[in-house]
Formats: sequence, structure tokens, C-alpha cells
Amino acid sequence: MSKILMKGNEAVAEAAIRAGCRLYFAYPITPQSELIEYMAKMMPKVNGTFLQAESEVSAINMVYGAAGAGKRVMTSSSSPGIALKMEGVSYMAGAELPAVIINVQRGGPGLGDIQPSQGDYFQATKGGGHGDYRMIVLAPSSVQEFADMAAEAFDLADKYRNPVMILADGMLGQMMEPVEFKPAKTQEEIDALGNIHNSWCICPNEDGDAKHHHEINSLEIDPSVLEKHVNELYEKYGRIERDEVRFDTYNVSDDNEILCVAWGTASRIVKSAINELTAQGKSVGLIRPITCWPFPYEAVAEAIGPKVRKVYVFELNTGQMLDDVKIAVQGKVPVTFWGKVGGIVFTPAEIKEKLEACF
Amino acid sequence: MTTEMICAGFGGQGVLTIGRFIAQAAMKEGRNVSWLPSYGPEMRGGTANVSTVVSDEPIASPIVSFPDVLVALNQPSVDKFAPSIRKGGVIIINTSMCPHGCKRDDVQKVAAPMSDIAQEIGSQMVLNMLAIGIIIGKTGLIKYETIEEELNSFLKEKNPDLLEKNLTAIKRGIEIGQK
Amino acid sequence: MEVIAKRPESLTKTPFTYCPGCLHGVAHRLIAEAIDEQGLINKMAGVAPVGCSVFAYKFFNFDMAQAAHGRAPAVATGIKRARPDMHVFAYQGDGDLAAIGTAEIVHAANRGEHISVFFVNNAIYGMTGGQMAPTTLPDMKTTTSPYGRKVDDIGYPIRVCELLATLVAPYYIERVSLLSPAEIIKAKKAVSKAIQYNKEGRGFTFIEFVSTCPTNWGFDPVKSRDWARENMLPFYKPGVFRDKGEGVE
Repeated sequence: MSKILMKGNEAVAEAAIRAGCRLYFAYPITPQSELIEYMAKMMPKVNGTFLQAESEVSAINMVYGAAGAGKRVMTSSSSPGIALKMEGVSYMAGAELPAVIINVQRGGPGLGDIQPSQGDYFQATKGGGHGDYRMIVLAPSSVQEFADMAAEAFDLADKYRNPVMILADGMLGQMMEPVEFKPAKTQEEIDALGNIHNSWCICPNEDGDAKHHHEINSLEIDPSVLEKHVNELYEKYGRIERDEVRFDTYNVSDDNEILCVAWGTASRIVKSAINELTAQGKSVGLIRPITCWPFPYEAVAEAIGPKVRKVYVFELNTGQMLDDVKIAVQGKVPVTFWGKVGGIVFTPAEIKEKLEACF
Repeated sequence: MTTEMICAGFGGQGVLTIGRFIAQAAMKEGRNVSWLPSYGPEMRGGTANVSTVVSDEPIASPIVSFPDVLVALNQPSVDKFAPSIRKGGVIIINTSMCPHGCKRDDVQKVAAPMSDIAQEIGSQMVLNMLAIGIIIGKTGLIKYETIEEELNSFLKEKNPDLLEKNLTAIKRGIEIGQK
Repeated sequence: MEVIAKRPESLTKTPFTYCPGCLHGVAHRLIAEAIDEQGLINKMAGVAPVGCSVFAYKFFNFDMAQAAHGRAPAVATGIKRARPDMHVFAYQGDGDLAAIGTAEIVHAANRGEHISVFFVNNAIYGMTGGQMAPTTLPDMKTTTSPYGRKVDDIGYPIRVCELLATLVAPYYIERVSLLSPAEIIKAKKAVSKAIQYNKEGRGFTFIEFVSTCPTNWGFDPVKSRDWARENMLPFYKPGVFRDKGEGVE
């Protein structure tokens, strides 16, 4: 398969279809418009469902219904729209429904602007909806990774019966890079996927004698029953924390004097700065959480080499992942933060300047 | 080897397409590329710009702080981006729309009345192809043949007349760039 | 021995939890009977709302989803689109459907979504303790309109059937009442027709039940029916607002 030059928004949509997603419900918002438009164009060609909902709230509840019916389903939006979807995310976590949600983040709070931002880290990882739940959050840093995460997100959602978010941003959505797609799932594979949840989901009684009554539900009015349910969820989240932590390192070595921590778009800018500093003989490493939840606490701690004087966190916000980094570092070395907000993406030159000042 | 380029101009001048064709062609030639547009309301009528990176290495940041090549199709683009061109870099200026030019003397300048030349060839629609020609002529960033193949693939059937004008514009650009 | 009455197969054995005199149980039974009669139990899915009928997912004997407040038509849409071979209905009360869920019901109807929606209108929020609903009548007292619904301040009650009948797509819209055996028999015919249309894939079908809330209205069951007849029916007139199957446009 040859490489195609594609926008992140389109690449992730194509990859989702290839991963067997045949249901997509969403509401238009910048800067994810290419995603919904791609789905509008391509879903009918694969006999899939594209539905432009009346609101983000409706869209996420359509996702709830389709996920409750056991099928691979996706929605996408950008920050303010994701905020509206959070009610549905909480319900899906409570009802243990698998679904994929894409957030192409833009500047906030409020209407904010439409430029790239990482302002929704807290919203995504610390419970944007109500109640005691967790959502798996994958953060891509390239168009290729954005696309690859579609299949991974569906697999994780199916495996744990939990909503999974791909937390991208306006830059990843809008930029074009070469992307190579995995082969599309065959109709047989998709049909098989469509039935893996039949033991609990809404589905027809194939055999009239073996009648089932499946309930898609997050309501447990009896406190002791709800307590049990939440504890079971908590146990599941523990398994996810144990088995699904993903991260990437760049230039991490025992010579590092500074260890950077950055995710998504921000990590790419930091890499450029590290390259320039390496050329000057300065050793700086980078650890990039790929799963924002579960956060790679141990990996961050382990990446701190013996000569590291400072852990430097760079984000396109005012310091959100910073809290998780501090938990990981546990005060062993100083943790510093620098970020840009307002939808402004910092440049390699700016990061380089910040890092140079540490030497 | 990494080349970082910014193309900027008024919305409608086709600056995004310049970057896109360069990225597309470079990708075909086996190199790593990224294409990062400005987006939003400024895309219509305001100043649009696109950062394109072509590299033999994996591309870290797609954001260009100090371009090796600047294509400036109007004066605001010169004013905004010329100060950050790397020393010894290239600025391609559309003098039809840049009355004040570029004051820097530590960069290589290619100045031509690009809008007028495009009109001569037949349409403002070929302004971007003229720019691509100049980039090829001046920097050799991509091969002419790759672009020609690319244009052939989607214009030969659909609009042979426009194809011809585009190829003329690229060739003319190459001449200007090689001067 | 001849069986003259039995629990519909489409109802579970879970006892209803509704108040004495409440008509939700009647509405549930009519829907269950119609599903039995159409032989749809193995291909049926329902969506329960938030409100008094929040536990409807326990009462119907096929796959059920419980939706967030007002979102039942969106959830039903998702199920139907994911499982087009199944038949789907949503069951909603007046606060759920006509206040917080206004967008969802209007747009599901406007898409002509192939689902049935059963709407129980008793002019009050029951579960949360008798607050004013979008269908609360003018001057009617509730816990959040203690001086009566002031239409100059909060507006008039919404007639949902009439509202939806302005849309082109809906296939069948009828308002019925559940206030007497005769009305219940009539209501059953409407429910059966909606389920039949649903089975035949005709389009969006909508039944409004004019109902009562003895507990929050503060009347006994008999008086609450009289009150509904005198006050609800003049404002919420029963009738067929749309029946494309019978040429009623």
C-alpha cells in the first residue's frame, strides 16, 4: 500500500471505516469539519450510516444507542462540542458501552477560538462527565499515528466495553502528512465484530426459545448495587492501568540533563528543539505519554536519568498534564512548566530557548 | 537534508496549493513531508499561509520558525515572514503585489512580477504553478517531471487547456528561478 | 380451561412500581399486547426515559436501553440504525419529551426515523415530586408553580401532536386518552396501528396518551380521571393528526 498525503481529519475517518466502523453520528464544528465531511461522503459507499445529528448531545446519545446495539460506532467533535457530549460519555462508561470519540481540540474556554490547543486534557482524563468513571485517552502526534489509533481505539473499546477518546488537536486535524493505511477489514470480519457483543447487547433473538432480556443501563437505584457496580468498574480500570499504558521516548539516556514531558502536537515541537540542542552537545530527553489515561506514571519516573536536574513539561495549555507528571516525579527533581495558550502553537525556537536557559 | 518553506499570500492566490503540490511531489520522490495550513476566517481574503517541510529525516515539528524558503505573493506576507528567513535562505517575491519589496540583504532574492506573468500566460489561476516553477528553478527541491506527472494525472482528461497553461507557468517559473 | 386474560409475553414478571391509579401500567400493557399480537417480541427493542417510567427497561420482556433525560429518541435512532432488522420504540413522559428532549423528538420525527414513540402526558413531573411540566395547564398548581401556571410568565402548554404534525416526515400521529375502558380500547387500536406500521417499516409513528397523576395532582384515581376529562381533554383533544396509511395528511 503506497503512501497518501492526507489531512489528519480525513485519515482518521478513513482508518475508522477500515477498522469496521459503520456508524457515525456527529454535528459540525471547526476544526474537525473534514472528518464529518469525509464520513458523509464515504459511509454511504460502504453501506454504513452517516447521520448529522441535531446537536452534539443527540449525536452522543445516538452513539449510546448504536453501541448498546453492539456495533462499532464513532463520533467526533472539537472542544466545545465534546463538552456537550460528556453527559453521554458518563452514561456509556456507566453502562459499559464501547465507542470511539474523537476530539480535535481547539482553544477555550467558552467558544474560545478554532486554533490548536491541548486545553481538554483535564476534561478527557479527569472526568469531563459526572460520576466515578474513566475513559481511555489516546493522544496522537502525527497524521499516521492519528490514523493508526482509530483501529486501536475500537479494539480497546471492545476489549474493555468502555468509551475511548482520541485526543488530537486542530493542527493534527488540519495538517497533511503521508499516511499508509492498514488493509480494510473484510465484510466477514466486520460481521464477526458486529456479533462479539451479542451476549449482552441489544440484538434480535435468533432462537425464539432462548429469549433474552438485555438491559443497557447505567441506573442502579439501590446504593449497595451501585456500590458493587462502581467497584467492578474500578477493578476494570485497574486492569486497564496495568495493561494498556503506552508511551514513547526520544533521546532518553543516562546523559540527559533535562527530561522533557510533552504529549501530542507539543511533543513534536519539543523533538525539533531537542535535535538542535543535541547538535550543540546538550543532552535532553523526551517522554511522550501516548495514553493520557492510563498515564505512564512509572515510565516517566524511570525516564529520569541520574544526571537529570529538571523535568520540563511543555503543553499547549496552562499546565494540565503537569499534575500527572508531578505525581509521577514525586518531588525527586524539580518540575518546571511552560505552555502557550489561545490556540497559539509554540515554535521549536521558543522551546529551544527555554531549554537552553536550563544549561 | 531538511527544507522548511512558508508560502503566504492573499486567500485565493493558491498558496495552500503551492505547499500541497510540493509536499505531494516530494512524497512521491520518497522524502518525508508535512503540510500545515493556516485555517479559519483569514483563509478568505485575508492572509493565508502554509508551512511545508521536506526532509530526508522523520519530521519533528511541522511548524516552521525560520524558513529556508519563503514564497511571498503579497506585501503583508513579506512583512510578516521575511524577517525570520534563515540567513542565506531564499525569498521569492511577487513584485506585482509587493510595492515595498524586501529589505534584507542576507538572503537570496528572486523577484518577479508574478501576477502579471500569470495573466500573460492566461489566468491568475496559474500563479501558484508559476511559484512552484520558481521554487524548482531556484532550489531544485523537487523534480519538474514529478509535478508534470501529478498534473497529468488529474487534468489531462478533465481540462487539457488548463493543464497546458499550468505546465507553461511551471516552465516559465523554472526559467525565472534559474536566472 | 379457556384462558381469557394473561400477562402479555412482552412484559416481564417484574411487578410495576407505579402509584395506585397511575396509568403507565395500562400504557405498558397496551404496547406489550400489540407487540405480542404482531409477533415482534424477538426483534423488538425499547428505550426507557428518565421520569416515572425510568424502570420501563425492567418491565418489557425484550432488550431495553435506558436513556439519559430527554434523549430516548436519539438512543432509539442509534439502535435502529445499528440494527435495522429490529423494531424500536421509545417511551417518554412530558418533561422528558417536551422540555429537555424537545430537540431530540422534533428531529427524530423530522427525519422520519423508523421508530415508534409513546408519549405519556399527565401535565406534571411525577418522579421528582410534582413540578411544572411543559404540558402543565394554565393556572394549574404544581410544586414549582405554586400560584398556578402563569402563561404570561412561563408560556402556554405545548401540544406535542400538533407541533409534530407541522412536519412533513411523520407517518402516523395520534392522541388518545386512557381515562375509561372505552378510551383504553380505542387507545389500544392506535398502539396496535403504530406497532404494525413499525413492523412494516412505514416510518415515524407517535402516540400521545392523555393520562393522570393522582399522587401529584392530589386526587384519588377516580377523581383524577374526572379532572383530566374536564381539564386535559379540552386542551389536548384526542384525534388522528397524521395517518399516511389512511390518507390523513
